[in-house]
Amino acid sequence: MEKELKVIGKSHRKLDGKERVSGKAVYGHDIELPNMLHGSILRTAHPCAEIISIDTSKAEALEGVECVITADDDVYDVNNISYKRDHPILKKGTVNCNRDEIAAVAARTKEIADKALQLIEVEYNVKKGIYDPVEALKNEAPQINEFGKGKEQFGNKNMAESFHYEHGNLEEQKAKSKVIVKRTYELPRVTHACMATSNITAEFSPFDGRLTLWSSTQVPFLYQRDIAHALKMEPSKIRIIQPIIGGGFGSKLDMHPFEPICVLLAKKSGKPVQILFSREEEFVLSPTRQPMVIDLTTGCDENGKFTFREVEIIKDNGAYTSWGATTPFVMMQSYSSLYQVPACKFDSHAVYTNNPFAGSFRGYGNPQATFSIETNIDLMAEELGMDQSEIRLINANYKGEVTGQGLHFKTCGAIPALEKVIDESDFEKANAEPKGDRYKKGIGLGSMLHVGGGAKIYRSDGCGTVLKLDDYGYLTIITGSNEIGQGSETVLAMIAMEELGIAEEKIKVINTDTDVKPWDVGVHASRTSFVAGNSLLGAIKLMKEKLNKKAVALLDVVTDDWEYADGKMTFNEFEIKIDKVAREMHFGTPHELCTVNYFYEPPSKFQDKDFKGDVSGNYAFASQAIEVEVDTVTGNVEVLNVHVSQDVGRVLNPIGLQGQMEGGLATGIGYALTEEMIYENGELKNPSFHGYKLLTATDMPPVHFYPIETYDEAGPYGSKGAGEAPLIPTAAAIANAVSNALGVTFYSLPITAEKVLRALKEQKEKNKEVLV
Amino acid sequence: MMQITFKINGESITQEVKPALLLIDLIRDHLKLKGTKPGCLEGECGACSVIVDGEAINSCMYLAINVNGKEVITIEGLGDHENPLDNVQEKMVEHGGVQCGFCTPGMVMTTKAYSDKCKKKGITPTREEVKKSLEGNLCRCTGYAKIIDAAEAVYEN
Ligand code: FES
Ligand code: FES
Repeated sequence: MEKELKVIGKSHRKLDGKERVSGKAVYGHDIELPNMLHGSILRTAHPCAEIISIDTSKAEALEGVECVITADDDVYDVNNISYKRDHPILKKGTVNCNRDEIAAVAARTKEIADKALQLIEVEYNVKKGIYDPVEALKNEAPQINEFGKGKEQFGNKNMAESFHYEHGNLEEQKAKSKVIVKRTYELPRVTHACMATSNITAEFSPFDGRLTLWSSTQVPFLYQRDIAHALKMEPSKIRIIQPIIGGGFGSKLDMHPFEPICVLLAKKSGKPVQILFSREEEFVLSPTRQPMVIDLTTGCDENGKFTFREVEIIKDNGAYTSWGATTPFVMMQSYSSLYQVPACKFDSHAVYTNNPFAGSFRGYGNPQATFSIETNIDLMAEELGMDQSEIRLINANYKGEVTGQGLHFKTCGAIPALEKVIDESDFEKANAEPKGDRYKKGIGLGSMLHVGGGAKIYRSDGCGTVLKLDDYGYLTIITGSNEIGQGSETVLAMIAMEELGIAEEKIKVINTDTDVKPWDVGVHASRTSFVAGNSLLGAIKLMKEKLNKKAVALLDVVTDDWEYADGKMTFNEFEIKIDKVAREMHFGTPHELCTVNYFYEPPSKFQDKDFKGDVSGNYAFASQAIEVEVDTVTGNVEVLNVHVSQDVGRVLNPIGLQGQMEGGLATGIGYALTEEMIYENGELKNPSFHGYKLLTATDMPPVHFYPIETYDEAGPYGSKGAGEAPLIPTAAAIANAVSNALGVTFYSLPITAEKVLRALKEQKEKNKEVLV
Repeated sequence: MMQITFKINGESITQEVKPALLLIDLIRDHLKLKGTKPGCLEGECGACSVIVDGEAINSCMYLAINVNGKEVITIEGLGDHENPLDNVQEKMVEHGGVQCGFCTPGMVMTTKAYSDKCKKKGITPTREEVKKSLEGNLCRCTGYAKIIDAAEAVYEN
């Protein structure tokens, strides 16, 4: 029988919660270095234009300004950045979107720097610009990004990236279909809105060419490489220190131009420079979730069994290509493998426009894909006259399944999760109930599939750990992984407490400095507790081997069956304090320290050129049943209750997990109902919290969370990654609930009050026509 | 320049300030109390909340000169030698109300002012009232549920 766990599975408060709650935690905004300057960046006044001239002389003459740089500066010896290397750091010649950086200033104060920006004179030849990807694909459209390789790679100059995937025999499955539903979905541009705005502080040493960056990146080792490439430096000369990060959610996966710009200012001025974004800059500059248009055709046979999915997606890539262009990796998994799908064909095209470029955002394309899939499912059920719950249950994934794409579900909580929310929400009854008069109630379902054991998209998806047990029994965990608020370092401390019996007060987690910590790919793909947890377990195993051996020698007993608890190692009547063993190692012969070092690489594989293969260590499944009430007079949608059930493998820290659920849901509800960046001709019209509506405390519905434990052997204690999942099916479930309430289906997000009223009006007119 | 005298976290201070200086800048840049957070500087997010004469206010929308003769409490002013954390802070940590923590000082100060007022009046607010009291404070990480739990737990004995 498995041994009983003492720490894992029980709620544990956040490791450095007291620092954060007392205002002592140091964020990027709080850093002040001696002699530090403040940087500001001049951005284009027009989203699409030719730059005729830039005159910085007045800015340079302003008292307090230390330096001004443009792309013509000597210090500007750089490479293009971004996933496709199609993004110049500072722009000259042409500007392609509202974010484009033209010049930057470093000055004694932020006020002086901002004033200097106003003194820079730029002459533009304004052009019309293309803001619709369909327009951009036309022959007569000009090439938007001069570095784009669309013509050679994809046969269209404005194509930034393209993916094709297929499995099964589409035509055969179409022929088998009793019902075929074809719909077009439109997804908005939304933003992370991290509560801390983006920031960076850079210090460059003229003595040895070393660079120190205090940065809120979520992927420090990839970032180190990116900065090095951008600035033609050696990566090892760059030290990344991560202050406490005030929210990430994917926004800090790409390196953005302001970061190398800050370094250039530091290089040129010879002083440390800090750049902090204002909230408006954060709205304009933070990468967004991809807006896209999805054409989805799906079928099922007369029993409701799914037959095929065929999907064509046009994504607005914006002017440059970030990691966001690779979201089809995740999207195609949902189309190919969320539920059993005998045949699937997937095409996705990211198209350059003069809009701002999209990036990565919690869920990575999956909320968009899931919205379309789950809405189509409801429509098929309706046409067949089948229950929305039943159609999902008969098609749900199961343990042991190898999907058409090659994902292997060694464990699978899809059916239990569905059953749980159907049951707890009394779904069938609520779904069939009369809907009310002015206030109409409805309920909707949504399910999702997401990677749960990392995702092999880089050459290594691993994580290193160094462990140090000192002479006094204190354990230092030096992990490659990062904490961005999600609670992974608490989980690591819990693992060490569980395995080594060391008290929390005696555990330190060090994870903020690339000069110190071993390699890790970074926070993304819900991977940190999984990968860093496995890495730590591997290191603990090595440390125990050392400790066991020493204890055997010290106590003169033959066993390797030591129990670690309360700071002691025990075997039958033999007992020794763990710090004593460490000291004896250090001071006894042969002298050695109680330190170990371990690297964990997940068992996942690269997908082949057809995107087939078992890309993750394991997979997470979840379902949500969401109840809403629609006010048919105001059009307002209120979320009354959320039932969420998720296959998390095993619950590690219940309170932390629940926090991930609630936080993810809040963002998911915002995506469904309120959040939208309003762009007109390449300009953002609502760059503030006043115009861009996040949920507030009064908008948050009760969340009923039912974890499903499937004990997947790949994960630490059987766990799976959980962080992104809670927001993935939320918009889908809400849209289905609103449609259940009103009898109208919504094909775009967010479902605002205006949209609801418009739909009700159209419905009324249609009904009238029918009557006439 | 104008001279103002005020109390901050129990200490009396006299300071020369520009009339246009914002309270948040006085607190963070002049007094170096970095616990008060700049989330938007537009009065929309509540991260910069501090307590002035018992009321939680957005320090980014408040002129520094207006604290003349008043008492200001920032996140650093909570707790004392014996109990380094105030009850509100203890509850936030205990109930899991802290993720990235950037909104947390603002959440704490708002809750502190509100709960002190309720206690003075001898009332225990409902959950709805607690939610309402937090409406001006945005959080992107937690979905508020645990923050509301914590703010409610402040009234437990
Ligand atoms: S920083 Fe003051 S309200 Fe946002
Ligand atoms: S905890 Fe991150 S914004 Fe509230």
